Formats: sequence, structure tokens, C-alpha cells
Amino acid sequence: MAQLTINGKKIQTPGGTILAVAREHGIRIPTLCHHPALGPKGACRLCLVEVKGSRVLQPACTFPVSEGMEVQTDTPKIRTARKFVLELLLSDHPQDCMTCEMCGACELQDLMYEYGVKETPFRGERHAYPADDRDPFILRDMEKCIRCRRCIRACDELQSVNAISMINRGFRAKVATSFDTPLQESNCVFCGQCISVCPTGALTEIDSRGAGRTWQTQKVTTTCPYCGVGCNFDLHVRDGKVVKVTSRWDSPVNRGVLCVKGRFGWQFLHSPDRLTVPLMKAELWKKRTGTDGTPSPYAGFVEADWEAALDAVSDGLAAAKAQAGPDAVAVLASAKCTNEENYLIQKLARREIGTNNVDHCARL
Amino acid sequence: MSFSLASHLQELDDLIDREKARGGALIPVLHQAQELYGYLPRELQDYIADRLDLPQSTVYGVVTFYAFFTTRPRGRHRVGVCLGTACYVRGNTKNLERLSQELGVCPGESTPDWRYSLEVCRCIGLCSQAPAIMIDKSVHSKVQPDQVAEILSQYE
Amino acid sequence: MTREELERIRAEAKQALEARDMTTLPEGELKPPRPGEVRVVLRNCGQIDPTRIEDYIARDGYFALAKALGMSPEQVIDEVKRSGLRGRGGAGFPAAQKWLFARQAVAARPAPADGSPPAYLICNGDEGDPGAFMDRAVLEGDPHSVLEGMTIAAYAMGATQGYLYVRAEYPVAVDHLQKAIPQARKLGLLGKDIFGAGFDFDVDIRIGAGAFVCGEETALIDSIEGRRGEPRPRPPFPAVSGLWGKPTSVNNVETLANVPQIILKGAEWFAAMGTEKSKGTKTFAIAGKVKNTGLIEVPMGITMREIIYDIGGGILDKKKFKAAQTGGPLGGCLPEQYLDTPIDFESLAAAGSLMGSGGLIVLDENDCMVDVARFFMDFTQDESCGKCPPCSLGTKRLLEILTRMTRAEGTPEDLLTLEYLTQNIATTALCALGQGSVNPVVTTLRHFRDEYEAHIRDKFCPAGVCKGMFHYEILAECCTGCGVCRKKCPEGVIRGEKKAPHEIDQPNCIVCGDCYKACKFAAIAIRPGPTEKSRRAAHKTETPQG
Repeated sequence: MAQLTINGKKIQTPGGTILAVAREHGIRIPTLCHHPALGPKGACRLCLVEVKGSRVLQPACTFPVSEGMEVQTDTPKIRTARKFVLELLLSDHPQDCMTCEMCGACELQDLMYEYGVKETPFRGERHAYPADDRDPFILRDMEKCIRCRRCIRACDELQSVNAISMINRGFRAKVATSFDTPLQESNCVFCGQCISVCPTGALTEIDSRGAGRTWQTQKVTTTCPYCGVGCNFDLHVRDGKVVKVTSRWDSPVNRGVLCVKGRFGWQFLHSPDRLTVPLMKAELWKKRTGTDGTPSPYAGFVEADWEAALDAVSDGLAAAKAQAGPDAVAVLASAKCTNEENYLIQKLARREIGTNNVDHCARL
Repeated sequence: MSFSLASHLQELDDLIDREKARGGALIPVLHQAQELYGYLPRELQDYIADRLDLPQSTVYGVVTFYAFFTTRPRGRHRVGVCLGTACYVRGNTKNLERLSQELGVCPGESTPDWRYSLEVCRCIGLCSQAPAIMIDKSVHSKVQPDQVAEILSQYE
Repeated sequence: MTREELERIRAEAKQALEARDMTTLPEGELKPPRPGEVRVVLRNCGQIDPTRIEDYIARDGYFALAKALGMSPEQVIDEVKRSGLRGRGGAGFPAAQKWLFARQAVAARPAPADGSPPAYLICNGDEGDPGAFMDRAVLEGDPHSVLEGMTIAAYAMGATQGYLYVRAEYPVAVDHLQKAIPQARKLGLLGKDIFGAGFDFDVDIRIGAGAFVCGEETALIDSIEGRRGEPRPRPPFPAVSGLWGKPTSVNNVETLANVPQIILKGAEWFAAMGTEKSKGTKTFAIAGKVKNTGLIEVPMGITMREIIYDIGGGILDKKKFKAAQTGGPLGGCLPEQYLDTPIDFESLAAAGSLMGSGGLIVLDENDCMVDVARFFMDFTQDESCGKCPPCSLGTKRLLEILTRMTRAEGTPEDLLTLEYLTQNIATTALCALGQGSVNPVVTTLRHFRDEYEAHIRDKFCPAGVCKGMFHYEILAECCTGCGVCRKKCPEGVIRGEKKAPHEIDQPNCIVCGDCYKACKFAAIAIRPGPTEKSRRAAHKTETPQG
């Protein structure tokens, strides 16, 4: 155990960085390049604090606490330093919050607000990159990139893909793929982890463009329907429609990590092609009911109700079993079902039908 | 200039195997690969990434970080003009301007016949012989603008 | 190898060396010691054939290693500690302290189970400061002294593997090291069980790839590991967790080259040289507008005046001294009033500059201090790794302002912004490169503010450097009418009869400066305002940048 003081407050701690210890004790230190799911970097200089006896300001995100340490997190000197860094960042940032997708959910904007940075005292060259929407899912507006490298670390530490890296150096440094190609020409798997950690509007979802800022949507936590892993995420719902999926970092199953389907494949929810009632082959319906039934948009099929549909299935299965034995039946389950549903379906196959012919599509 | 990975593949494989046994092989491999092929185009970088089990983006990130590596072919002779402090105050920018005129290219470019590339370098440690120009591995010291044409003519 | 065998080799080699005539270094670089010089680090340079280990042994080479291996590591650390040896790479951190920290870190962790080295010693030969080339001279001229120093240091701190990181710009140094290492291995001076003391150590060369920031120790470590050389915040310090996570000591070439002499001659001998806090000698690379350029080695505490005037022979072409630039791009420019300041780590830092690695560039009245600041900012901006905003964006903004000033576009607000930037970059940047990048601006602003003001207020470059911000005038009262300027003028715009004052046809003068340089009578003066032609030319061309 080490005893230290932060802003004069006595703290007992088993150890950790100044940032971690401060946060545990409810002391706020602003950060930009820090992300709880990623390793520390010490790059952005927003979390600078004063450590007694140290010649220069120290980054709280990497500096370990030690016995007897005296830390100040919010002195005029520190505020000046942080404001200076923000002014520099603003001098290389488009000031188009009016139309920015991330307005209201932008960490950079929040810090500008907190430190009262209305404009920058510096004039000079700004990075000018055209917004890159050549890829199917990720809109890369690199003018808004503050080079915190969270995306690079997410691609490496969370996803082990390493599609992107820092290229060049100094002012020309940029987050890019090898030879700065579109993501599609790299080994990117479009998991979108980079979007989930980006503190600004540099990386956003193409399909959610213009669909609603974060405060305009209602967040609904749910489980991904695609496979049996059971990843959690937040659906962003506006006017009764899903417009975006974002990570939930506290999810015990996936800890914020998603795959391309979970993050970007939500459009089917509102597809007019979605089946909302069971369909039955028109001739089967006629054979079983003697009527023509309600026509469906699909040729050869009529709309059925659940009772009629399930009766038809049950009769069909019983007939097949009676005619050729239980092994004439095979049951194929879906990865979109939950584990519980899959358990039940194999139970149906083994106990009710009496066959071991059970399989599963395993992936989507 | 077309690139052929096959032209030095055996040597490349040998040096990769040799360096792989030591730690931190990437930069030594890039050095030697550039020596072999003259430059580091995408095909070569991707091959090195594959052989060293490194992401392609990591290799490109390293190549673009270090000034010594180039992704573009260079001329037969590399004309390096030192703009370290001593050479700068002793007037090497005038020599650079003259070289740029003589060759008809800007720093960082090569002549269309691939005879020369013009480069600016940062202190080659020849401060006591400033202003200095390094062509390939030969040093020309205390160069005056009027000598530039004659110096260039020594390199075919 | 035993001490007796080493003595036998020395006896033979001594005779062979004496029989030879030694001229190994290029002429003009390392002249025989001048009065006032004391050569410790440079003692063998030019005196031996660096590609022959026998030559080094003839001059007592590897005897320090034999002696050190007879001592305990703690005794070696203590000896170097008492000598007061401080790092020669720039920061001046006590060398023995680094080894002690690393040694403690090695002791605090279990021995590696996989047989990998418990710790590493890195020799930093990434001599990136423009204007400094002492490390090149030592690596080229006396590579074994560095290898011996490394082996002693490794023994003291507990490393079994060393890396020698050399700039790619130094092909001769690499070549000499590539010859020296196998020679030392062959004699058992590197490798297993050196001098039968049960100590193993070997050295591998790593060649830099053109990044100034790799002189910073954490960036250097990343570079050896095969990554982009980006500094990381300390702690953890390399002594605790460095190369591949192991305790690592990074020492400069000159520091390590001092070590064998300290062990051989004793801490007291070394500590007798220099000042109270800066012991021993320091090499300096004198360059710029001084008569005798080149490398010198002098006791710490000597004044700049002694170096520039007594050893350097004074300023070229009878010009007036303006400033001495020490410490490279992270150092500063010191004006005349500092000429009598003793040169040591503390005094230079107090003056706002740095010892750095020992580059000393003399500037005269025709060097523009705003342009010099711009030059250094162009360098650091280009060499910034891009990791932290204060450096990657801050140096860019500084460079933009300085460039505006040297193009007659500076405003009074620019001067305020310049000061605001320098103050804050120094406190917020991640590494020494970023923090120190402002020093050339800070020192020139402090000592040459009038030049900045002339650039902004009068759009005038008093030194006659910044294009389109001055013109030349022939002073009738000084002109002897010798006609040299008329003959030198490439545009033929100087008129005048023989033995009568000449005159420049101002509208057509391109302000090339040939007449100014040629005039032996100081009859040509720099005056504010461009000529029509020079103004148009200044708008068209830009100074080439790297």
C-alpha cells in the first residue's frame, strides 16, 4: 500500500497510475489518448499533472504512484498547459461542429468547452484530406484526426488485425493503412473497433451519416441476434427506427468488441422484405384448408397463421418418421438462435423425433 | 523502371533468414533490401512483412518514419547536399540551388535519365569541411557554386 | 586471454606501431593538439590504425578491462562515480548512476529462464546534432576504446549483450566497427568468459535509418526493437524496463570512451580535470565562421573565448563575432557577453543553452539570428516524431511564424505568439526533443530581440540574409574605387570610374551579395528595403527545405 496526496487529499492505494488512482477516488483528470479498454500511451498531453519534485509536468495516464507522492491535478499552471494543447489541436482541426456527426459526443469538443477554447491563437497550415468514403462501412474524415492513436491500438490490442498504423512523422504523421490505400485493399475486417474508440468525428459509420446525433437517439441495450456468442451493444433508436449500433464497454461477454455484422448489419431490421407472418406453399394450404388463402408478395406462397404453419410442419415430420423411420429426418438449427433455443431444438430432434441428425449452420 | 522481386529473391531470403535469428530484424532487413533493390516498393515491403510475420501497415509505418528509406526508385548517383548548421551558415543553400538548376530537379527528385537523385541531408559530420556535398559515398568539401557542374560530371 | 598474453601483444605491437608513420584521418579534421588541449577521448585518433586491434593494445588498450574484471562490479561503479563522469550525450546524467540503477533492477528480478540476457548495454552513436561529429571521429579513429568502455560498463551494470547504434550517415565508422568486433572476439576480449573472470559479453551493431529523435534513449530502444522511434514517457526508465523490457543502460560514445582511461588512471586523475560539477574533458566540434574548424578536446570549464579565439584562431575574414551556437538544435545561441562563461553543464544551462554533444558553431555579423532560429525550427519540425501535439503541431506553428518573419510578413502579434508557444511547448512536450526545440528561439529572442523587431517593424534583415528585406549601398566615404565590386557583379549594375566612389544601379540589382563579399574596404553597407528585382525574386523562390 502506498500513501499519497492528490490535491491535498490523503489517499491509500495498492498502486497504479496517477490517473487510475485519481479516478478511483472521484478526482477528474481530462484525457484524450487514454481509453479504458486500451494500453496507455502518454501522447496527448491532456492529463498532465504536477508531481512535487518533478521538473516538468507529468502525464497521469502513465506515471505510477509512489509512497509519499504529492500530486496536483488542477492548478493554473496545469490549466494553462492543457488549454495550450487544445489550442494547438484546434489550429489543425476543421471548425465544422455544426455539421459534424459527433457533435455532442465528441471528447475534443467537450474539452474545448471545459477549457473555454473558443478559437485558436495560431494560424497556419491545416491538414487537408478529403473525407474518405470509399469503403462500405467506415467514413474516414482524417482532417478531424488528432493522432491519439486509439484506433491503431484498438486494431492491434483488441482485434489483432493491425490494418492501420502511424505513417510519416511530425506534422505529416497520419493514421493509414500500408501505402495509405482504402481499407478494403488492406487486411481490415471492418469490425469498426476504430470507430468505437475514436474521440472525435474522424471515424464514423457511413450508414448512420445524418441519421441523428447521440442526444437525439434513444439507447437500447440489447444482445446481437447474429450468432450465439451473445455480444451486447447499444441500438441507437430515433423515431422508432434503429440508426446506429455502438459498443457497450461494460458488456461481460464481448467487452465492447463487435464484428462487422453486429456493428454494421442492422439495416435488415427495417427491410420491407422481412417476413412478419409465416408463409405456406399455396398448394399445401389449399390441400389442408380447401381455400385459396391470403396472397403474399411471393409467388407460389400464401400467408398463414402460426397455428396452421406449425400443424403443417408437425404433420409433415410425423409422416416422414412413420414412412421411413426417424433417421429420415434431419434438424438444422440456426446460429441466430440463442443457446437455450438450440438446446431445445436438439431436444426436439433426439427425444421427440428420435434422430441424432442434428446440425447447425455455425456461422453467418 | 519496373520492379522485379525475383531479381534478388535468393539474396533477400538469405538475409531475412540471417536477421530473423536476431531480435528486431525489421530495420536491418529494410536496410539490406534497399541496398539490393535500390528502393522499397510495395511488393517488396509486403514480402518482407510476410516473411517477418509483421503487419504490412507496421512495415510501411517504419519505412515512412525513417528518412533513409525510400519507396521511390533513385538515380544511379545520390547527390546529398548537407544542410546541417555548419554547412548552412557556410552557404550550402547556394550550392543546392545551383545543383537543382544544373539537374533540372527539385530536392527529393531524380533526373529523367536516372543518372542523379538530388537529396538534402542533415549533417553528415563534415562540419569542419563545410559546405560539404556527398555523392554516393564520396565527399566533396568546401564546395563553391561554380564547382558544381564539374563535380557532377565526375559521375557517369 | 590473460593479462600476461595481453602484455606480450602490447610489447610486440608497440614496436610495430613506433616503426610506422600514422596519418589515418582525413586532413583538416583532427590536427595535432593545440595548446590548451588535453586528449583523453581523442588520444588515439590519428595515432593508431583503427582497423588494427594491436595498435590499440600497443597504447594500453584493454588493460583497463583486465583491471576492471579483477574488481567487483560495485567497485567499478564506485570508481566511475568518484571520477564524476557525466553523460556526454547532452543531458549530463552521472554515468555510474545509470549503471547502479540498472544493476539494482537486475538484482530485483529473477534471472531470465529462457537464457536471454538479464540486461542490455546500448552505446548511443546516433550523433544527430548538426555540427557535432566527435562520436564519428572516435568510432572511426578508435573503435576499440568504445568497445572496451562498453564491456567495462556492461560488467558494472550486469549486462551480457550490447548494442552499438550508429548513424547510417557514418559508413566508415560502421566499417571500422565491423572490423573491430571480430578482432576483439578472436582475442577473447568479447564473448565468453572474458579474461577468465566468468563474465560474458558481446556486441551487435545496429545502423540507424535517419531519425534525429532516435538519439533520445527510449526512441533509440524502440528503433533497435524494429519500430518507429517514438519516445515514451518515463517512468518506467530504461534502467528498470528498457530494451525488450529488460534493464538497460544507454550511454553515449564519448562517455564510454572515457571509461577505460578512468579505470586505468583512477578516478582522482579524471576528477582533477574540469570544474566542481563537470569533471574531465569535453570534445568540441568547432565550425562555422571561425578560422580553425575541427575537433578539439579541452578540460571542462574552459571559456568560449579560449575555444574560439585561442584555439579556433578567431573569426573568419575579420568579421565581428555575433554568437556561438552550442548544443545543436536543442541548444541555444549565446552572444558576446557569454564569451567568458566557463563551459560546463551548469553554466551553459544557466545561460539558456545546452552542452549538448559538443557542437559549437560560430556565427558572425552576417548571420541573421531570426533565420538561424528558423533554420533550427525547420530541423526539429522535420525531425519531430509526431506523437505529441506540442511538438508535432507546436514546432510547425513556430516554424510558420519564423518563416513569415524572414519573408517580411511578420506582425507584432506574431512575436507574442512566438513567446507563448516557446513557453508552453517547453512545459508540455513529451520528450527532450520537443521540450528543447524552443531553445534556439528562446535564446535568440532573449539576446537578439532587436533583430526580430527589425524584421517585423522595418521589414529589414540587418545581417543581410533574408531575401527581399535589404539592399546594398556603396558608402562613398569608404569606397576607394578599386573596381573589384564592379568586376565581380554578375549583373553589371555597378558603375564608377577608377579611384572614384562607385555606385549600384539599385532598381536592377539582384542583391546577390558578391560585391559585399568582395569588398576589402568595408565600403558596402546593408540597408533596409529590397530592390525591385530582389523583391520580385524573394516572392518567387523559397529557401529549399529538407
